[in-house]
Amino acid sequence: MKLKQLSLFLENKPGALSRPVRLLAKAKFNIVTLSIADANQFGILRLILRDWEKAKKLLENNGFVVKVTDMVAVEVSDQPGGLAKILEVVEKAGLNVEFMYAFTEKRENKAILIFRFDDPDHAIKILQQRNLNVVASVDLLKQN
Amino acid sequence: MKTNSARSFHPASAPDFLPPEQLQAIQLQRLKFMVQRAYNHVALFRQRMDDAGMEPTDMRSLGDITKLPFTVKTDLRDTYPYGLFASPMKDIVRLHASTGTTGKPIVVAYTKEDIDVWANVMMRSFAACGLHAGDVIQNAYGYGLFTGGLGAHYGGEALGATVIPISGGNTQRQLMVMKDFGSTAICCTPSYFLHIIEQAPEFAVKLKELPLRVGVFGAEPWTESMRRRIEAESGIKAYDIYGLSEIIGPGVAMECECQAGPHIFEDWFYPEIIDLKTGRPLPDGEEGELVLTTLGKQAMPMIRYRTRDITALTSEKCECGRTLRRIQRIGRRSDDMFIIRGVNVYPSQIETALLKVEGTLPHYQILLTREKDLDEVEVQVEVTKEVFGDTVGVLEQVQRNIGRSIETLTGLRMKVRMVQPQTITRSEGKAKRVVDQRKM
Repeated sequence: MKLKQLSLFLENKPGALSRPVRLLAKAKFNIVTLSIADANQFGILRLILRDWEKAKKLLENNGFVVKVTDMVAVEVSDQPGGLAKILEVVEKAGLNVEFMYAFTEKRENKAILIFRFDDPDHAIKILQQRNLNVVASVDLLKQN
Repeated sequence: MKTNSARSFHPASAPDFLPPEQLQAIQLQRLKFMVQRAYNHVALFRQRMDDAGMEPTDMRSLGDITKLPFTVKTDLRDTYPYGLFASPMKDIVRLHASTGTTGKPIVVAYTKEDIDVWANVMMRSFAACGLHAGDVIQNAYGYGLFTGGLGAHYGGEALGATVIPISGGNTQRQLMVMKDFGSTAICCTPSYFLHIIEQAPEFAVKLKELPLRVGVFGAEPWTESMRRRIEAESGIKAYDIYGLSEIIGPGVAMECECQAGPHIFEDWFYPEIIDLKTGRPLPDGEEGELVLTTLGKQAMPMIRYRTRDITALTSEKCECGRTLRRIQRIGRRSDDMFIIRGVNVYPSQIETALLKVEGTLPHYQILLTREKDLDEVEVQVEVTKEVFGDTVGVLEQVQRNIGRSIETLTGLRMKVRMVQPQTITRSEGKAKRVVDQRKM
């Protein structure tokens, strides 16, 4: 049920983001979603993509430092209150969220929330107990 | 220890084990001869000794050497190219030169006998770290005007080892040769070997599974932490070799298998340690600038040459049995030192700080700038797998810790900037630690 996220270090300067993105595009990797965390002097690019192992290798061979993290993806209907419902569960269960980001799926009118929990296995158990739809990576990353 | 140094030792290296009195007798005899020769044939030395009211015959004991004037690097530049030669060109069989980053290079010369002495000290260097006939030495020092390549080459051949004259650069080929030719030893700069270690996985070479067992590293200052990293990541033993073109090239001093600091081949090179400011000689054990006098160089004798390398001499007995004094690993040069807001800082202090925080030494560079008459230091540190996480906080913490550690060690607040891996220039020769962009 866990989803692999690649994070890479970016320097805070022009062109820093386009280099890895161009690399992936040239090798025909399709980025499912991404998010950028920025600090004063550097940023972290977080990527969800199919074939993450190959993408990781490509990036590393081009000099990037890449970290793989387990993420948890939860599906909600794309309407007001969708996120609030899940956060309520998260909060009540005392799960610690390091960070999260979201994207919508065009076809099914659904939104996918991607969480970085301290303890993803424990979080998955809680979310499933509350009947929330934790998405398996095979479904999320299935070919269109 | 893998090999017994006494057994693997070449008989010609006997001077390494001479009782001190005998060694000193040889030194004095050679010193007298050398000073006389320098006085007779080199105008600069004659002028300086005349100015000091000295005559060559004043060399009655080894201690008298301290009365001689120093020679400095600019003397070599000022007399460029042949002004310090003591032999006629017909006797000079080889010239080498420094790359000369600032202005003219410096030129050094060798007679046939000088080349033999050089081969001898390089042979003893290789033997000291357990190499012998049958070893395959991959010589990745640059061949050409730089003394490293040919110096190591002649020494390896004198030892009876197989020398691969691959020269520097082309890391992929280095790795292929290392693997296919079964190199048992490599000579190069320590920073270049770290580069080889970094590149090995890309070419599917597992250094630890190769016959390579000895690294002879020199031509730039390095640290004990670099040694540990090299040894841990490649499975070889890393030895420190010391030398400089002005004196002869590599082979002035070399570590034995005890890895306790390079032994100076004192039968050919007379070492002193002096106080940086006053120039006064310091006793063994005290740190200062290394000053060397050649005892057998014919083409270009060098009297009390100031090396700008900071070290200390030790006469403590070494377990290998060599009676030659050792120098402390040279981690810094008086050249590398920079003064920032009135404080002397050495790159080695920054290294210690980085090592404390990260556990291993990342690639780094120190950038000096001046804005509105105020000096700024920025330490650029390449992000490594070990310290990188997927949250901003982790890396910011590392950054802060490095800054604090530097402040503790130097008393100065420096800007720390994490940079993309492999973006700091790796020279295939010497690592450039300090970039000074201050306009004075």
